[in-house]
Amino acid sequence: MRRPRGRRHAMSGAAQDGNAPVTGVPAGDRTGIGGRPSAGAPDDRDTPARLGPRDVLRVGAAGLRARPMRVFLSALGIAIGIAAMIGVVGISTSSRAQLQATLDRLGTNLLTVGPGRDMFGEDAQLPTASVGMVARMPDVESASATGKLSDAKVYRNDHIPAGESGGISVLAARLDLPRTVGLTMATGTWLNAGTARYPAVVLGAESAQRLGIATPNVQVWLGSQWFTVVGILDANELVPELDSAALVGWDAAASDLGFDGHPTTIYTRADKAAVERVRELLAATASPESPTEVEVSRPSDALAAESASNKAFTGLLLGLGGVALLVGGVGVANTMVISVLERRAEIGLRRSLGATRGQIRTQFLTESQLLAALGGIGGVALGIVVTAVFAVTQGWPTVVPPWAMAGGILATLLIGGVAGLYPAIRAARLAPTEALATP
Amino acid sequence: MSLPLEPVVELREVTKTYPGGVTALDAVSLTVQAGELVAIVGPSGSGKSTMLHLLGTLDRPSAGTVLVEGRDVSRMTDRRLSALRARRIGFVFQQFHLAAGVGALDNVADGLLYGGAPLGERRRRARGALERVGLGHRLGHRPHQLSGGEKQRVAIARAVVGEPAMLLADEPTGALDSVSGAGVLDLLRELAETGTTVILITHDRDIAALLPRQVQMRDGRIVHDDAWVEAVS
Repeated sequence: MRRPRGRRHAMSGAAQDGNAPVTGVPAGDRTGIGGRPSAGAPDDRDTPARLGPRDVLRVGAAGLRARPMRVFLSALGIAIGIAAMIGVVGISTSSRAQLQATLDRLGTNLLTVGPGRDMFGEDAQLPTASVGMVARMPDVESASATGKLSDAKVYRNDHIPAGESGGISVLAARLDLPRTVGLTMATGTWLNAGTARYPAVVLGAESAQRLGIATPNVQVWLGSQWFTVVGILDANELVPELDSAALVGWDAAASDLGFDGHPTTIYTRADKAAVERVRELLAATASPESPTEVEVSRPSDALAAESASNKAFTGLLLGLGGVALLVGGVGVANTMVISVLERRAEIGLRRSLGATRGQIRTQFLTESQLLAALGGIGGVALGIVVTAVFAVTQGWPTVVPPWAMAGGILATLLIGGVAGLYPAIRAARLAPTEALATP
Repeated sequence: MSLPLEPVVELREVTKTYPGGVTALDAVSLTVQAGELVAIVGPSGSGKSTMLHLLGTLDRPSAGTVLVEGRDVSRMTDRRLSALRARRIGFVFQQFHLAAGVGALDNVADGLLYGGAPLGERRRRARGALERVGLGHRLGHRPHQLSGGEKQRVAIARAVVGEPAMLLADEPTGALDSVSGAGVLDLLRELAETGTTVILITHDRDIAALLPRQVQMRDGRIVHDDAWVEAVS
């Protein structure tokens, strides 16, 4: 008999004879776990040992390993919810990254000036000298202009009925327009000092497509005479109105198409640090006599605003992802409730092996959280894949913010905890004899 | 028989009444000394399972006192009772209750899980316990790869791996054929010879007759206890 004599020697404190069995637990593990420090050395027999984190995980995972299919399906529910949310966040972040890259490429310092309306509601005009005045402003790097020729239309040939103009606007363009706006040629060349004086035209990307023209040196019927296409522009996100334009030289427009020389849009690049200041002075500079009849805008703002309007849509999708997540959580709770019902015998056995109620509760909570976390990790991975596939097909950079991934995993731990709480409490409350009586 | 100084477990005038008014145990007194091998035998409904639950601190008496190694169970919290079971009491059940899909070694090692030993030590001691029950060659086998007798040996190894003060066996041969059952009984006898207190519950008088001390139960009372005879003689 190894046991010391005497009743309830735990309470006799210092009377311990040091004959307690050695169980190999480091002393640090046993201190402060529910024992009464004032009662002296705790009696090994009646202070429950605490399970280490590894054992807690092992026990929790053991329950999952026994039923892989069910684990897969309930984790899938969570995974779909998380993947939906990660996907939405990832796609909108990627789209914003793409926008940022576009803005970085196109520059945010392009300002446009156009005629507004005068005080009688009539279309106003910019003075013919306005381009030069804008170009001479401090902090302005360059200025160029187009002038709309409202009466001129462009057709593929002279047999097309006049009404079918295809929505292509004919603009007189300054030679420095590509440099200021950042236009590039898809094919052919831009107008030069020579071709600007003759019936030559450069088509925007959209216009070329509408006219069915892919290569230069083709004749088009423009304003009742033949013009030769010398080049086709690349599409331009910053100034989409040029995509559906046919651009002719300033001089040719004046001599052949009756252009009055009044610009309708002035494009100007300002020093990046001074964009706002230039913007404030532009109206007065372009039209000193009637600055209120001038509209100044910043095309990059329009792009940014478009992306902001997508945010409401993103919010809606996030909400849907949240609903999916909630349904996934209910699935986990359901799985855990069934699991507790099925495993009454195991619970009884564990109680007979010495598990406390708390340890049973922890086991099922851990199991539930592991289950949810599996879904969470799978969902984050799935969300990244969805984002990557979408971004790649759109030609965007793939960006999934780390906070979304961390938040996704954290959310699943929370869901697992909430979903597992009730089943775990039920499991812990089960009387050992009742649990063992289950066949 | 030399009388040890302190009983391993003692019931004093223990009554257990279940909700609904069924009295499963009626003022039962029983003392089991260390190293004894006791058979509690009786027909179903005689209260022997209730007795096992009370001896094993899985349930509390409605009246009377249960002392495990001299400690009053009714005065201990559920937490402390759990700790007591973890370290001082081993259980063997008719249905084995082995974890499916888990090897014999880890099934046995789980017997030490709630005692606080680290995994390495649990496995080392589990190996020793399996060798002790003659299954040193079956360490990695899963329950479905073992025969009924082997499963029960694994369960016994799990019960004794923590070197408990007593081993409570509830119909340990009930699900086994007679040959395997005899093997399990021999094993329990061997354990008792090496100092483990074994209390076996059975409805089978033939099995009970093989053990040195018989406690016969009927209708919630003890109608015969070999210890009484010894005390008289």
